[in-house]
Amino acid sequence: MTAFEIIQWFVYLFASVLFVRGLHYMNSPKTAVKGNHVSILGMVIAVIMAFVGFFYDTEGKRFTADFNVTALIVVVACILVGAIVGVRLATKTKSTDFPQLVSLFNTVGGGAAALVALNDIMNTTDDEVSLVLLITAGLGVIIGSVTFSGSLVAAGKLQRILSGKPAHIPGKTFLTLLNIAAIIASFVLLCAQPDQRSLWAIVALALSFIYGLLFVFPIGGADMPVVISVLNACTGTAVAMSGLALGNVALIVAGALVGASGMTLSVLMAKAMNRKLSAVLLGGFGGDDAAAAAGDGPQGTMKETSADDVAMQLAYAQKVIFVPGFGLAQAQAQRDLADLGAMLEKKGIEVEYAIHPVAGRMPGHMNVLLAEANVPYEELVDRDDINPQFPQANVALVVGANDVTNPAARRPGTPVSGMPILDVDKAQHVVVIKRGRGTGYAGIQNELYFQDNTQMLFGDAKKELEEIIAALKELDA
Amino acid sequence: MNTIVVSITLFILALLIGIEVIGKVPATLHTPLMSGGNSIHGIVLVGVIIVAAHADTPLALVFVGLAALLGTINVVGGYVVTERMLEMFKPKKDVEAKSDAKAEK
Repeated sequence: MTAFEIIQWFVYLFASVLFVRGLHYMNSPKTAVKGNHVSILGMVIAVIMAFVGFFYDTEGKRFTADFNVTALIVVVACILVGAIVGVRLATKTKSTDFPQLVSLFNTVGGGAAALVALNDIMNTTDDEVSLVLLITAGLGVIIGSVTFSGSLVAAGKLQRILSGKPAHIPGKTFLTLLNIAAIIASFVLLCAQPDQRSLWAIVALALSFIYGLLFVFPIGGADMPVVISVLNACTGTAVAMSGLALGNVALIVAGALVGASGMTLSVLMAKAMNRKLSAVLLGGFGGDDAAAAAGDGPQGTMKETSADDVAMQLAYAQKVIFVPGFGLAQAQAQRDLADLGAMLEKKGIEVEYAIHPVAGRMPGHMNVLLAEANVPYEELVDRDDINPQFPQANVALVVGANDVTNPAARRPGTPVSGMPILDVDKAQHVVVIKRGRGTGYAGIQNELYFQDNTQMLFGDAKKELEEIIAALKELDA
Repeated sequence: MNTIVVSITLFILALLIGIEVIGKVPATLHTPLMSGGNSIHGIVLVGVIIVAAHADTPLALVFVGLAALLGTINVVGGYVVTERMLEMFKPKKDVEAKSDAKAEK
């Protein structure tokens, strides 16, 4: 190792340390912003180091003026364009659309990792190619390609370009197994026939792309947070594989860090839904069994109410619990809900927000939205802490949440069975603001809606909340 | 010792660090965390720049250029959106601080 190579190694190591510190700072809301900045600093240092390395001739062991000018121009130009696109996407997107944006960034990250690995395989000369390179870069191609197509489908489902319902692909299990076998075969051939490596790498790339589609299409929207998290972990692993192929410490450590974090997060989220991670990944939420069970839904009628009545109930309550769900985010009604909460508090009514870990489309999605609307932290209460409080609540106001409130989850044999829910049905009165009579992502009717103490307010969450607020003002006048 | 042996050791140790660091994050910060992790894997950009130094065929240039474009969108977009998410937690504290100050008066 030359002096420069040693310096380079330690600079990359330093950047990796900053990534670890940055993630560690994200442990607490107080230091989270600092954590992001530390992580950005690490990234800037690593990228600058990579550019310095561009002028270093690894074979001649010295800096050279004879560097690859064309490549430098291409890379710099593409980075500039990418930076503009990235900033535009990140600043123009509404906060409700963050989950699909993260999924989209994951798509391009996975694509980049796959391309780097593919480039390594195809553009390494015959003398230099080694089994280690073929194995690591081959895995990079496969994992990166799966993430690319998988994340793209996940983003499409969340953006509602694709149906959120689990797609029924005939013979899915057989096709998936066949697909996996073919990917393994192409990987083995890639390692066994180094002179045909370009061909096998492209075959593996294409097969993995198909696997990504087969993997995510059958999974319903309700499981998307887990899927995005898993795919995030996959991209990290793909990047680490590219790092192993290149022998770069920053790529290895950062990639592994993200791989482990995404996996840990996925397990936590699957646990919150009381589903095994393997079950989420293998089959669609509301699969074949669910379709059969959906037939015998709850019987009875839903009672409709009006905004005026709801305002009256709220005004005379002592304790109110809000239960926000994705419908709230979709209607962009988080600020209206926060306003209503503030109004009730002014009247001396106790207001709390019940936050289900998987409400919305990502873990913590509701927290972000309500924080944006200036709801105080202390009022956002986790599922375990809020559930014992429902019996004391005079009114539970459900805004656009569905499956996470379905009491059917306590019984076996339904698509939502075993999923931890909010005990909304135990509140003295329940008011549900809902857009229509349709079912949730699980594809079944919510038994909560048919209870005697439940009233339904059909309409757009934002419009209905505005009407309730107006009615409350009138009561005060 | 063989470089790949050292590299694999690094990889495994980093996995363990990842599990340790992540396990303590509260649910509230899961969305920003996922987004933060998402931007960190944009480090692939460093890999792109490293391989670019040896990209001398047109095909390699296409690969490198496309990878640089995608990788940068990942890094820059990822950090900006994480920052935006975290900003949303911030102003609320100012409001609280102000209302506390008022209450004290």
